[in-house]
Amino acid sequence: MFSNFFSFASPQAFYPVAGRMIPWFGWSAALLALAGLYIGFFVAPTDATQGESYRIIFIHVPAAWMSMFIYLVMALWAGLGLVLNTRLSGMMASALAPTGAMFTFVALWSGALWGKPTWGTYWVWDARLTSELILLFLYLGYMALKEAIEDPQRADRAGAILALVGVVNIPIIYFSVQWWNTLHQGASVSLTKAPSMAMTMLAGMLVMALAAWMYAIAVSLARVRAIILERERGRDMAWVRSMVNA
Amino acid sequence: MLNANGLSCERGDRQLFAGLSLALEAGGLARLLGANGSGKTSLLRILAGLTRPAAGEVRWRGERIGDLAEEYGRELAYIGHAPALKDELTVAENLAFAARLAGIVASGAQLEAALEVLGMATRAALPARVLSQGQKRRVSLARLALPGAPALWLLDEPFAALDEDGIGRVRALTEAHLARGGMLVLTSHQDVPVAAGSIQTVTLGA
Amino acid sequence: MTAAFAAVLRRDLLVALRRKGDALNVLIFFVIVASLFPLGTGAEPGQLRTMAAGVIWVGALLAALLSLPRLFAADLADGTLEQMLVSAQPLPAVVAAKVAAHWLSTGLPLALIAPVLGLQYGLPGDALRVLLWAVLLGTPVLSLIGAAGAALTLGVRGAAVLTGLLVLPLCVPALVFGAGALTASLSGLAPGPHLSLLGALLAVSLPLGLWAACAALRVALD
Repeated sequence: MFSNFFSFASPQAFYPVAGRMIPWFGWSAALLALAGLYIGFFVAPTDATQGESYRIIFIHVPAAWMSMFIYLVMALWAGLGLVLNTRLSGMMASALAPTGAMFTFVALWSGALWGKPTWGTYWVWDARLTSELILLFLYLGYMALKEAIEDPQRADRAGAILALVGVVNIPIIYFSVQWWNTLHQGASVSLTKAPSMAMTMLAGMLVMALAAWMYAIAVSLARVRAIILERERGRDMAWVRSMVNA
Repeated sequence: MLNANGLSCERGDRQLFAGLSLALEAGGLARLLGANGSGKTSLLRILAGLTRPAAGEVRWRGERIGDLAEEYGRELAYIGHAPALKDELTVAENLAFAARLAGIVASGAQLEAALEVLGMATRAALPARVLSQGQKRRVSLARLALPGAPALWLLDEPFAALDEDGIGRVRALTEAHLARGGMLVLTSHQDVPVAAGSIQTVTLGA
Repeated sequence: MTAAFAAVLRRDLLVALRRKGDALNVLIFFVIVASLFPLGTGAEPGQLRTMAAGVIWVGALLAALLSLPRLFAADLADGTLEQMLVSAQPLPAVVAAKVAAHWLSTGLPLALIAPVLGLQYGLPGDALRVLLWAVLLGTPVLSLIGAAGAALTLGVRGAAVLTGLLVLPLCVPALVFGAGALTASLSGLAPGPHLSLLGALLAVSLPLGLWAACAALRVALD
């Protein structure tokens, strides 16, 4: 079984597999998003303190979760590529970065829109917001570094080193609300304790998070297919042509 | 003692060579021949451990050089295209630093003697900035004349920019090294005959 | 290993000494930047005091950033960097020595000048002392992270700006705690916790920065 698994480590073998997977993840994302938004905007009750403006939580929290999760997955793939010297790992990391950056931006933006009615300000320089902003810069720096280095192998390895160094930021973002007195509220959702919010709100958030995850996978697979074609051009132009013309 | 198996090298999208194997024993000389861009320097760098080959491995005394790290560095001298001298330091200071990097503890007299072998002793106090290309190459090769110089020499175009006198000195230096049981891999466009126990020729880009 | 560290440190300091202009330019840049802010924002004493922490720290960051290309690029160009990678010495020791030399020729002078600039901003004596300690602890962090950034972008087109893009976000914690220590001191609070956190940052960035720099150098010279 493992030999089959590793045979997909070749970009050319993975290309058609990725293509077949994309519709599944894409449709799952769409359906889950519909369900999540329905729950979020029609089923979940009005919040006692915040009224209706709290509903942005169904976008903000999943985006924030995904921004951190994608970074970890990206760093994992990059690290694997560094250790095992596999081309596809580096390509996956490259494919994940723009989506991760997008979710980070959405988290920051939706957070700002939420902050205005609730805190009275769009932005505050507390630990969580600052470290989430740093995360955005890390994504952008990673993409810039990969873009600037011409040799793809060197770009993969340099990017991996950068991504791994930036991993220390993720626990800081996550635990910042515990470690410092911040304006941002503490964790209402924990893996160990009961949630301190209504079940429907939690359900909506989780469904949207799942939708975001499916979306991220679908989009990253599509992106990695483009990257595979681009990178294989120099090595095996005939194969690239056959894929494009098929 | 030096064994390379199944080496392949890619630069960008081009494959320079594949399935290349090389074995070198004490007193052995390997010449790398090939046109410009055929991968001679790349092969030398792979043997030095600077570049990771796309496939294959290099072993020194049976162990992979990747595992040996600086232990391998202690037993090899790699001198590439660039003379590796700091312009702001004097000839003597540059040589002293090169010796330190190689783990060789050399006295002032020994440094001077090494420079003398390459004919640069009179210029020991000059900053490297004022030297000509040929003089810089002599200084960069001077570390090979130090006592305790390593067993394996990897030289990339050692005769480049040298005049007849310089070429003669380097030839003598390398021949003495090989006679002592040292090993040498060199690339050279110039056809400089170096006497050795065993000579093998590796032609790239064929 | 210590012999290698000492040899590389001595060599780099010797080279820096014979190229005094480089280190001096960094210092002058720092002084100019710190002097520009009051000109731009108005020189009201109360305002200056609140700005001081941020301005001095950002100025130090930018000045340190300017000096980073020198760290590896010159050695790459003349071939000595390659020699360090194939040498008989462990690469972490060599890189640590280069970072130490970089800090001694760049970070330390910045740290010593910072209190003088603090005077310009009307900081009281206590705050100046805190500032000195904070910059003394923070500039090695900049050198370490900067070394990793410089190694990652070695020989790349547009390396100077790219290095800044990579290094500045990673230096934000140092900035936050460093400036925080000064602000705390000015408000009459204890700067100790901030300085301790800065020390902890230094302890973390030492192995992390060295690992990243060594790995990146090997990648760059592959």
